[in-house]
Amino acid sequence: MEFFLQQTVNGLTLGSVYALIALGYSMVYGILKLLNFAHGEVYMFGAFAGYGVLTILGGSSALVVPVWLAIMLMFGAAMIVSAAIGVALERFAYRPLRNSTRIAPLISAIGASFFLQAAALLMFTANSRSYNTPSLIAIETGIPLGPIRVWMVRVLVIVTAFVLMILLTLWVNRSRTGKAVRAVSFDREAAAMMGIDVDKVIVVTFLIGSALAGIGGVMVGLVFGRIFHLMGFVAGLKAFTAAVVGGIGSIPGAMLGGLLIGFAEAYTTGYISSTFQNLIVFGLLIVVLLVRPSGLLGRPELVKV
Amino acid sequence: MKPILELRGLSKSFGGLKVIEDLDLVVGAGQIVHDDDPVVSQKDVVDDLDLSISPGEIVSVIGPNGAGKTTLFNLITGIYEPDRGDILMDGRSIVGLSPEQIANLGVARTFQTLRLFLNMTVKENVMAAAYGDSQARIWQSVFRTPAARREERQIAEMAERKLAFFGKRLMGYRWDQPAYSLSYANRRRLEIARAMATNPRLLMLDEPAAGMNPAETHEITELIGELRDEVGFSILVIEHDMHVVEGISDRVIALDHGVKIAEGSFEDVATSPQVIEAYLGYGAADRK
Repeated sequence: MEFFLQQTVNGLTLGSVYALIALGYSMVYGILKLLNFAHGEVYMFGAFAGYGVLTILGGSSALVVPVWLAIMLMFGAAMIVSAAIGVALERFAYRPLRNSTRIAPLISAIGASFFLQAAALLMFTANSRSYNTPSLIAIETGIPLGPIRVWMVRVLVIVTAFVLMILLTLWVNRSRTGKAVRAVSFDREAAAMMGIDVDKVIVVTFLIGSALAGIGGVMVGLVFGRIFHLMGFVAGLKAFTAAVVGGIGSIPGAMLGGLLIGFAEAYTTGYISSTFQNLIVFGLLIVVLLVRPSGLLGRPELVKV
Repeated sequence: MKPILELRGLSKSFGGLKVIEDLDLVVGAGQIVHDDDPVVSQKDVVDDLDLSISPGEIVSVIGPNGAGKTTLFNLITGIYEPDRGDILMDGRSIVGLSPEQIANLGVARTFQTLRLFLNMTVKENVMAAAYGDSQARIWQSVFRTPAARREERQIAEMAERKLAFFGKRLMGYRWDQPAYSLSYANRRRLEIARAMATNPRLLMLDEPAAGMNPAETHEITELIGELRDEVGFSILVIEHDMHVVEGISDRVIALDHGVKIAEGSFEDVATSPQVIEAYLGYGAADRK
């Protein structure tokens, strides 16, 4: 029971992070029908931005500001850096290709992904860094959950992720810009003719999706400690899987998919072996695609008449 | 009165649409001989079209299928750019502007093929069209500040007023139903409500009565009149149903192969020999 609970908390933590990254994937796909393969790198830069702020503030063991302020600043910096990269990607890598063939922006996305990886290698070298979170928030702190204790950092990650997901859902469903985002994702041309500024809506989508990925990056740094220039590749791939499993283009789908992938990974690691982790995760992808090609919560492509 | 919309020598052709003209073909005994150099001409979909709409006027565009009516709408709304000619809104050229810029200048349309946002509710469809009305304050909307909430409420009330224009048909429980659950006729109504929400001065309706039964057709005819009389829109309508055209039009324009073949009152256009020929074929006007 204790072990099961631990793995569940692990899964929830991992899943929340995957969900945050998957949201950006799914939102961009929903609006542009583009797989933004550089999204993993946006997340990686978020993690490094958080690390940069932590270092400037004296490092995790010699902080010059209160811990809560440091964490807020880390999240804030990651959001700004990641959002800036996401918006730049849209402007320079995707927008010029918006009216070309569908494969062109996809190739551009892969190129942008390598470009950002190489840029990170140049800037941060190939050494991995550590947030060294336990000296920031002691590992003994936490909330008791039956026989186990959930580390405060995990609580913070899970709660933050869920609050963000609720905010995003409210924003998309209620706000004027959110409605514009949904309108553009359904029929870009008709939306434009209804006076919706399509370019602006696309920029906002990249901005929000990328900011969420940046927060995800800091979360991974906080929970798992190690960050490095290639961390975006596998995380991006898993988040992409989460988005597809949930139904790409669907916002609740990305959240559900992220959590599912997180749980699958945690239980596989716990009960089978971490060697099988990716086998199970991507196996899940294949099964879902075979049974429900449009994903768990995705709607089948509407046939236009 | 100064026209709200004016088209001057508007032309548009598509590369793919080529029509062979002047082709000589001789079929002899057991052999086919054909002209080596047939003249291939590019047919204009809209050819040198002049048109003006005065404020408060209802102008109908009629013509057989492929006459270029919807292409005309796509040219005005900025989906296509004309090859030649100019489109003036309040005397200012709008050629080269993006569809959203043209929409924000006060041109709204509906679609022959219905292009509602089927992933949204009835009320949300109308609300989405209010986007262009004011400045988007993203951070306010993300953090749901009181100002953003107030604006959302105002937009919701605006949407309710637009929907109320259609009597009980799009009211009450229908507000929160998904748009795809609506009947065909109600979808056409919702498209009009959505177009109204962009705050236009020129409303362009692409076959508003298509697929409607006689009672609904009668209703939509009256409604188009009300849109002009009560709201004050200038209206450009494409319509095939001649009862509707007769009932609403201040002026009728007939197109055939992108060329204006008649213009005037409904009676004038309906009895024009060219129009009868365009619909029924060459010589049909004489047989009558």
